[in-house]
Amino acid sequence: MPSLSVDVGGVSLRNPIMLAAGILGTTGASLRRAAQAGAGGVVTKSIGIEPRTGHPGPNIVQVECGLLNAMGLPNSGYKDFQEEVDLARKEGVPVVASIFGSSAAEFARIARGLQADAFELNLSCPHAEKYGSELGRYPDLVESVTGAVKANANVPVWVKLTPNTADIVELGRAAEAGGADAVVAINTLKAMAIDIETGYPILGNRFGGLSGQAAKPVAVRCVYELSSNLEIPIVGVGGISSWEDAVEMIMAGACAVQIGTALHKGYDIFKEITDGLSRYLDRKSLTLDDLCGLAGRRL
Amino acid sequence: MRPANAVIHEVRSETKTIRTFCFNLDLDPAPGQYVMLWVRGVDEIPMSFSGKKRITVNAVGDATNALFKLGAGSSVGLRGPLGNGFVLRGKKILLVGGGVGVAPLAFLGEQAKNARIEVTSLIGFRSSDDMIFRSQFQSLGDVVLTTDDGSLGIHGRVATGLKVLDLAEFSQIYLCGPELMMWDIISRAQDHANKIQACINRYFKCALGVCGSCCLDPDGTRVCIEGPVFMADRLMNSEFGKYRRGPSGSKDLCRG
Repeated sequence: MPSLSVDVGGVSLRNPIMLAAGILGTTGASLRRAAQAGAGGVVTKSIGIEPRTGHPGPNIVQVECGLLNAMGLPNSGYKDFQEEVDLARKEGVPVVASIFGSSAAEFARIARGLQADAFELNLSCPHAEKYGSELGRYPDLVESVTGAVKANANVPVWVKLTPNTADIVELGRAAEAGGADAVVAINTLKAMAIDIETGYPILGNRFGGLSGQAAKPVAVRCVYELSSNLEIPIVGVGGISSWEDAVEMIMAGACAVQIGTALHKGYDIFKEITDGLSRYLDRKSLTLDDLCGLAGRRL
Repeated sequence: MRPANAVIHEVRSETKTIRTFCFNLDLDPAPGQYVMLWVRGVDEIPMSFSGKKRITVNAVGDATNALFKLGAGSSVGLRGPLGNGFVLRGKKILLVGGGVGVAPLAFLGEQAKNARIEVTSLIGFRSSDDMIFRSQFQSLGDVVLTTDDGSLGIHGRVATGLKVLDLAEFSQIYLCGPELMMWDIISRAQDHANKIQACINRYFKCALGVCGSCCLDPDGTRVCIEGPVFMADRLMNSEFGKYRRGPSGSKDLCRG
């Protein structure tokens, strides 16, 4: 069997199939269950300074081509959340803490106070005022937040980028300039859905982020562009629901991928994808390293 | 699925704070399944069915209070039916409910009666003023009634009613009500935990099994899609009856 282990910007994964931020990441127990089901690493729900209850519902709408969500960054605050991270880490796979803040100083404070195997900076949530992509669409803020976390963290720092921008490479370069160990692409696409009986926007927050099937071709393009222009590794996320999707994302330049929306099919997805990827590499006599960025070498 | 539009065709007042809303839409639910009820412009909340086309609601928060302002002809959005409902097993069953939690049990009891299953009910309320569905339960079979204040039936909590019943007689026991009431019953009926089906609730947001807000400790069971009905023996060593998570994900102790 080919080896699936990979090092992503200082984080060693037994396989490149991870649990994405915001999915089943509220409790240590559910993160642990993802690890038991075969995830190579898990990312927590985004954690901030203070507890937040999130937006009023509906928080999710299923649309024809994916899921639209506006959770609103609910979380228990980084102090309370430490026990969940500690519990998740007992499974032995890396636990990456997704963190958010409204300023470089807030990000840095969490990075100093929270113990995890790595941080993933949420500079990309499209539906929370003062947070996420409201900072992350400005390259200078991406660079300063990344720099501030790097200066305060003693573990690798990944930066999750928003696709809701004209040029994601510019954001990726800013993360790299700030010292990021890897970038993660993409967060959801800003979107909305309207109830045609009444005209009400369905999401409580009106706007949300589109994930799933529709996001995949956008994510593949973003990962390809980033990988062609950055030196640091790329983690691909967006609409991956099968081993074929994972192969495509890795060919685009991702050295690991994250699974989110597809978890609605159940935890078995991790094993399905790692098994499929393994069989594929075997059949093609390729290593994971050969596969990573293959599309960029086909010119 | 997007929320389906459901027109309210009748509102029945059950008590001062409990009403039944009947819809024109048959989503074909099983008793114990739930629907995500969208009160437009306010919030979306999970609600059990009290019949094929109706829900019975206690006004406790923003969404339920806003719902109480809606009358016949108004509409809401419904996403469902969702989750795993009760499963009828055997020929002689016991329904155990507390407060508005008796609503899905009345629905289950109707189905049991139609299937010629013998039904006994143990139902409890704070006081006689809070009682709902008494005549429905009486039409199903024997009823043991409790009130916390002693205004009707046996004086005491629902579990007090267990002393007039022999649980060994029943092929299956169905439970729904406030968490500590259910925990009280399960703790006292531990020997029968493998035949108790309990309909529980947690903070549901996505109701699709992806957001993680309803996960139970210690194994991460997703109540919204793996439940909300569980065999009681699966709840015995969980957080159930001890704590639950609020909308932020932080733990709140269960209180009476």
